Amino acid sequence: MADQATFAEQAMPLMSSLYSGALRMTRNPADADDLVQETYLRAYRGFKGFQEGTNLKAWMYRILTNTYINSYRAKQRRPEESELDEVEDLYLYKRLGGLEAASLGRSAEDELMDTFSEAEVKAAVEALPESFRMAVLLADVEGFSYKEIAEILDIPIGTVMSRLHRGRKALQKGLFDYAVTHGLADEPSDPEPVTAAPATER
Amino acid sequence: MADCNKTLRELYQYLDGHLTEDDRSHIQHHLDDCSPCLEAFDFEAELRTVVRNRCTDQVPDALRNRIAQAIEAEG
Repeated sequence: MADQATFAEQAMPLMSSLYSGALRMTRNPADADDLVQETYLRAYRGFKGFQEGTNLKAWMYRILTNTYINSYRAKQRRPEESELDEVEDLYLYKRLGGLEAASLGRSAEDELMDTFSEAEVKAAVEALPESFRMAVLLADVEGFSYKEIAEILDIPIGTVMSRLHRGRKALQKGLFDYAVTHGLADEPSDPEPVTAAPATER
Repeated sequence: MADCNKTLRELYQYLDGHLTEDDRSHIQHHLDDCSPCLEAFDFEAELRTVVRNRCTDQVPDALRNRIAQAIEAEG
Protein backbone atom coordinates (compact mmCIF):
# COMPACT_ATOMS: atom_id res chain seq x y z
CA MET A 1 0.00 0.00 0.00
CA ALA A 2 1.08 3.47 -0.78
CA ASP A 3 2.26 5.66 2.01
CA GLN A 4 -0.90 7.52 2.99
CA ALA A 5 0.91 10.46 4.52
CA THR A 6 3.12 11.00 1.47
CA PHE A 7 0.19 10.76 -0.90
CA ALA A 8 -1.92 13.15 1.17
CA GLU A 9 0.90 15.64 1.45
CA GLN A 10 1.62 15.69 -2.28
CA ALA A 11 -1.76 15.07 -3.88
CA MET A 12 -4.20 16.96 -1.68
CA PRO A 13 -2.88 20.44 -2.61
CA LEU A 14 -3.68 19.63 -6.25
CA MET A 15 -7.36 19.19 -5.55
CA SER A 16 -8.61 22.64 -6.52
CA SER A 17 -6.90 22.40 -9.88
CA LEU A 18 -8.32 18.92 -10.51
CA TYR A 19 -11.74 19.96 -9.27
CA SER A 20 -11.87 22.96 -11.59
CA GLY A 21 -10.78 20.74 -14.46
CA ALA A 22 -13.44 18.19 -13.56
CA LEU A 23 -16.12 20.89 -13.54
CA ARG A 24 -15.10 22.10 -16.99
CA MET A 25 -15.06 18.54 -18.31
CA THR A 26 -18.33 17.29 -16.83
CA ARG A 27 -20.11 20.67 -16.72
CA ASN A 28 -21.99 19.29 -13.77
CA PRO A 29 -21.02 19.70 -10.07
CA ALA A 30 -22.34 16.32 -8.94
CA ASP A 31 -20.41 14.49 -11.66
CA ALA A 32 -17.34 16.62 -10.94
CA ASP A 33 -17.45 15.59 -7.25
CA ASP A 34 -17.62 11.91 -8.16
CA LEU A 35 -14.97 12.24 -10.84
CA VAL A 36 -12.49 13.90 -8.48
CA GLN A 37 -13.13 11.36 -5.75
CA GLU A 38 -12.65 8.47 -8.15
CA THR A 39 -9.49 10.08 -9.49
CA TYR A 40 -8.03 10.36 -6.00
CA LEU A 41 -8.86 6.77 -5.16
CA ARG A 42 -7.33 5.48 -8.37
CA ALA A 43 -4.29 7.66 -7.89
CA TYR A 44 -3.87 6.44 -4.34
CA ARG A 45 -4.16 2.81 -5.37
CA GLY A 46 -1.69 3.32 -8.17
CA PHE A 47 0.64 5.64 -6.29
CA LYS A 48 3.51 3.17 -6.21
CA GLY A 49 3.55 3.43 -9.99
CA PHE A 50 4.19 7.13 -9.72
CA GLN A 51 7.82 7.94 -10.16
CA GLU A 52 9.16 10.38 -7.60
CA GLY A 53 10.52 13.50 -9.24
CA THR A 54 8.13 13.45 -12.18
CA ASN A 55 5.14 15.75 -12.44
CA LEU A 56 2.45 14.53 -10.06
CA LYS A 57 -0.11 16.99 -11.35
CA ALA A 58 0.30 15.70 -14.93
CA TRP A 59 0.09 12.13 -13.66
CA MET A 60 -3.13 12.86 -11.79
CA TYR A 61 -4.59 14.79 -14.69
CA ARG A 62 -4.02 11.75 -16.86
CA ILE A 63 -6.01 9.65 -14.39
CA LEU A 64 -8.71 12.34 -14.24
CA THR A 65 -8.94 12.48 -18.02
CA ASN A 66 -9.04 8.71 -18.49
CA THR A 67 -11.64 8.31 -15.77
CA TYR A 68 -13.72 11.04 -17.32
CA ILE A 69 -13.50 9.52 -20.79
CA ASN A 70 -14.31 6.02 -19.58
CA SER A 71 -17.04 6.75 -17.07
CA TYR A 72 -18.63 10.12 -17.59
CA ARG A 73 -18.39 11.15 -21.17
CA ALA A 74 -20.88 8.63 -22.46
CA LYS A 75 -23.62 10.29 -20.47
CA GLN A 76 -23.23 13.57 -22.24
CA ARG A 77 -24.17 15.01 -25.52
CA ARG A 78 -21.07 15.22 -27.63
CA PRO A 79 -20.88 18.08 -30.08
CA GLU A 80 -19.15 17.14 -33.28
CA GLU A 81 -15.83 18.71 -34.05
CA SER A 82 -17.28 19.93 -37.29
CA GLU A 83 -19.46 22.25 -35.22
CA LEU A 84 -16.38 24.42 -34.82
CA ASP A 85 -16.58 27.28 -37.27
CA GLU A 86 -13.48 28.55 -38.93
CA VAL A 87 -12.39 31.61 -36.96
CA GLU A 88 -9.65 34.01 -37.97
CA ASP A 89 -6.46 34.45 -35.96
CA LEU A 90 -6.38 37.12 -33.23
CA TYR A 91 -10.16 37.24 -33.41
CA LEU A 92 -10.72 38.99 -30.11
CA TYR A 93 -7.74 41.30 -30.32
CA LYS A 94 -8.87 42.61 -33.67
CA ARG A 95 -12.22 43.47 -32.14
CA LEU A 96 -11.45 44.43 -28.55
CA GLY A 97 -7.79 45.40 -28.71
CA GLY A 98 -8.77 49.06 -28.80
CA LEU A 99 -10.40 48.89 -25.37
CA GLU A 100 -7.07 49.43 -23.72
CA ALA A 101 -6.18 52.48 -25.73
CA ALA A 102 -9.62 53.93 -25.03
CA SER A 103 -9.09 54.06 -21.29
CA LEU A 104 -5.78 55.54 -20.35
CA GLY A 105 -3.65 53.86 -17.76
CA ARG A 106 -5.54 50.61 -17.56
CA SER A 107 -4.09 47.35 -18.74
CA ALA A 108 -5.82 45.08 -21.19
CA GLU A 109 -5.95 42.58 -18.37
CA ASP A 110 -8.04 44.92 -16.18
CA GLU A 111 -10.29 45.71 -19.10
CA LEU A 112 -10.80 42.07 -19.93
CA MET A 113 -11.42 41.18 -16.29
CA ASP A 114 -14.15 43.82 -16.25
CA THR A 115 -15.54 42.73 -19.57
CA PHE A 116 -15.93 39.02 -18.87
CA SER A 117 -17.42 37.69 -15.68
CA GLU A 118 -16.29 34.44 -14.14
CA ALA A 119 -19.51 32.77 -15.24
CA GLU A 120 -19.02 33.93 -18.82
CA VAL A 121 -15.45 32.72 -19.14
CA LYS A 122 -16.40 29.36 -17.67
CA ALA A 123 -19.40 29.10 -19.98
CA ALA A 124 -17.28 29.99 -23.01
CA VAL A 125 -14.73 27.29 -22.13
CA GLU A 126 -17.46 24.74 -21.43
CA ALA A 127 -19.14 25.50 -24.76
CA LEU A 128 -16.09 24.23 -26.67
CA PRO A 129 -16.39 20.78 -28.21
CA GLU A 130 -14.76 18.30 -25.88
CA SER A 131 -11.46 17.58 -27.59
CA PHE A 132 -10.75 21.29 -28.00
CA ARG A 133 -11.94 22.07 -24.49
CA MET A 134 -9.52 19.54 -23.01
CA ALA A 135 -6.57 20.95 -24.92
CA VAL A 136 -7.36 24.57 -24.03
CA LEU A 137 -8.00 23.67 -20.41
CA LEU A 138 -4.74 21.79 -20.03
CA ALA A 139 -2.64 24.43 -21.79
CA ASP A 140 -4.18 27.77 -20.90
CA VAL A 141 -5.70 27.10 -17.50
CA GLU A 142 -3.34 24.46 -16.12
CA GLY A 143 -0.20 25.50 -17.94
CA PHE A 144 0.90 22.07 -19.16
CA SER A 145 3.42 21.83 -22.00
CA TYR A 146 2.50 20.37 -25.40
CA LYS A 147 4.40 17.23 -24.48
CA GLU A 148 2.59 16.83 -21.18
CA ILE A 149 -0.77 17.37 -22.86
CA ALA A 150 0.12 14.79 -25.50
CA GLU A 151 0.86 12.30 -22.72
CA ILE A 152 -2.23 13.17 -20.69
CA LEU A 153 -4.56 12.83 -23.67
CA ASP A 154 -2.63 10.10 -25.49
CA ILE A 155 -2.46 12.02 -28.73
CA PRO A 156 0.47 13.21 -30.89
CA ILE A 157 1.99 16.63 -30.22
CA GLY A 158 0.89 17.83 -33.66
CA THR A 159 -2.70 17.04 -32.73
CA VAL A 160 -2.31 18.94 -29.46
CA MET A 161 -1.13 21.98 -31.37
CA SER A 162 -3.91 21.92 -33.93
CA ARG A 163 -6.60 21.43 -31.28
CA LEU A 164 -5.14 24.30 -29.29
CA HIS A 165 -5.06 26.50 -32.34
CA ARG A 166 -8.69 25.90 -33.26
CA GLY A 167 -9.91 25.71 -29.68
CA ARG A 168 -8.39 29.03 -28.71
CA LYS A 169 -9.91 30.77 -31.69
CA ALA A 170 -13.31 29.28 -30.92
CA LEU A 171 -12.97 30.41 -27.31
CA GLN A 172 -12.24 33.94 -28.46
CA LYS A 173 -15.28 33.87 -30.69
CA GLY A 174 -17.39 32.70 -27.76
CA LEU A 175 -16.03 35.44 -25.52
CA PHE A 176 -16.63 38.03 -28.19
CA ASP A 177 -20.29 37.06 -28.31
CA TYR A 178 -20.52 37.96 -24.62
CA ALA A 179 -18.81 41.28 -25.26
CA VAL A 180 -21.45 41.99 -27.88
CA THR A 181 -24.24 41.32 -25.41
CA HIS A 182 -22.62 43.81 -23.05
CA GLY A 183 -22.70 46.36 -25.82
CA LEU A 184 -18.91 46.61 -25.67
CA ALA A 185 -18.50 45.56 -29.23
CA ASP A 186 -20.49 46.11 -32.35
CA GLU A 187 -22.48 43.24 -33.71
CA PRO A 188 -21.35 41.78 -37.00
CA SER A 189 -18.74 42.35 -39.68
CA ASP A 190 -15.01 42.22 -39.69
CA PRO A 191 -13.22 45.22 -38.25
CA GLU A 192 -11.25 45.73 -41.42
CA PRO A 193 -11.42 44.04 -44.76
CA VAL A 194 -8.12 42.25 -44.27
CA THR A 195 -8.22 39.21 -46.48
CA ALA A 196 -11.08 37.43 -48.11
CA ALA A 197 -12.69 36.42 -44.82
CA PRO A 198 -15.46 33.88 -45.09
CA ALA A 199 -18.88 35.47 -44.78
CA THR A 200 -20.48 34.91 -41.42
CA GLU A 201 -23.38 32.57 -41.79
CA ARG A 202 -26.04 32.36 -39.17
CA MET B 1 5.50 43.11 -43.31
CA ALA B 2 6.88 39.64 -43.64
CA ASP B 3 8.42 39.84 -40.19
CA CYS B 4 5.11 40.80 -38.59
CA ASN B 5 3.32 37.91 -40.24
CA LYS B 6 5.97 35.45 -39.11
CA THR B 7 5.98 36.91 -35.61
CA LEU B 8 2.20 36.72 -35.26
CA ARG B 9 2.18 33.17 -36.61
CA GLU B 10 4.53 32.17 -33.81
CA LEU B 11 2.69 34.12 -31.13
CA TYR B 12 1.13 31.13 -29.40
CA GLN B 13 4.22 28.99 -29.55
CA TYR B 14 6.06 31.90 -28.00
CA LEU B 15 3.51 32.30 -25.22
CA ASP B 16 3.48 28.53 -24.74
CA GLY B 17 7.25 28.53 -24.31
CA HIS B 18 7.77 26.22 -27.25
CA LEU B 19 10.29 28.07 -29.37
CA THR B 20 14.01 27.64 -29.58
CA GLU B 21 16.20 30.24 -27.92
CA ASP B 22 17.05 31.66 -31.36
CA ASP B 23 13.43 32.03 -32.41
CA ARG B 24 12.55 33.57 -29.06
CA SER B 25 15.21 36.22 -29.26
CA HIS B 26 14.29 36.93 -32.86
CA ILE B 27 10.73 37.61 -31.76
CA GLN B 28 11.84 39.67 -28.79
CA HIS B 29 13.92 41.87 -31.08
CA HIS B 30 10.99 42.30 -33.39
CA LEU B 31 8.70 43.23 -30.47
CA ASP B 32 11.22 45.84 -29.32
CA ASP B 33 10.81 47.58 -32.65
CA CYS B 34 7.19 46.92 -33.51
CA SER B 35 4.51 48.26 -31.20
CA PRO B 36 1.54 46.78 -33.09
CA CYS B 37 2.93 43.26 -32.69
CA LEU B 38 3.82 43.97 -29.07
CA GLU B 39 0.28 45.09 -28.40
CA ALA B 40 -1.13 41.90 -29.91
CA PHE B 41 1.26 39.77 -27.85
CA ASP B 42 0.33 41.60 -24.66
CA PHE B 43 -3.35 41.24 -25.37
CA GLU B 44 -3.07 37.49 -25.88
CA ALA B 45 -0.91 37.03 -22.79
CA GLU B 46 -3.31 39.04 -20.66
CA LEU B 47 -6.36 37.30 -22.08
CA ARG B 48 -4.80 34.03 -21.04
CA THR B 49 -4.24 35.32 -17.51
CA VAL B 50 -7.87 36.37 -17.35
CA VAL B 51 -9.10 32.97 -18.58
CA ARG B 52 -6.89 31.21 -16.05
CA ASN B 53 -8.00 33.41 -13.15
CA ARG B 54 -11.64 33.12 -14.07
CA CYS B 55 -11.57 29.33 -14.31
CA THR B 56 -10.83 28.57 -10.69
CA ASP B 57 -13.28 26.92 -8.35
CA GLN B 58 -13.27 26.36 -4.63
CA VAL B 59 -13.38 22.70 -3.64
CA PRO B 60 -16.43 22.15 -1.42
CA ASP B 61 -15.40 21.18 2.12
CA ALA B 62 -17.74 18.21 1.98
CA LEU B 63 -15.88 16.82 -1.04
CA ARG B 64 -12.48 17.40 0.53
CA ASN B 65 -13.57 15.52 3.64
CA ARG B 66 -15.19 12.75 1.66
CA ILE B 67 -11.99 12.14 -0.28
CA ALA B 68 -9.79 12.24 2.81
CA GLN B 69 -12.05 9.67 4.47
CA ALA B 70 -12.18 7.46 1.40
CA ILE B 71 -8.39 7.35 1.25
CA GLU B 72 -8.13 6.66 4.94
CA ALA B 73 -10.58 3.79 4.55
CA GLU B 74 -8.29 2.28 1.91
CA GLY B 75 -5.70 1.70 4.61
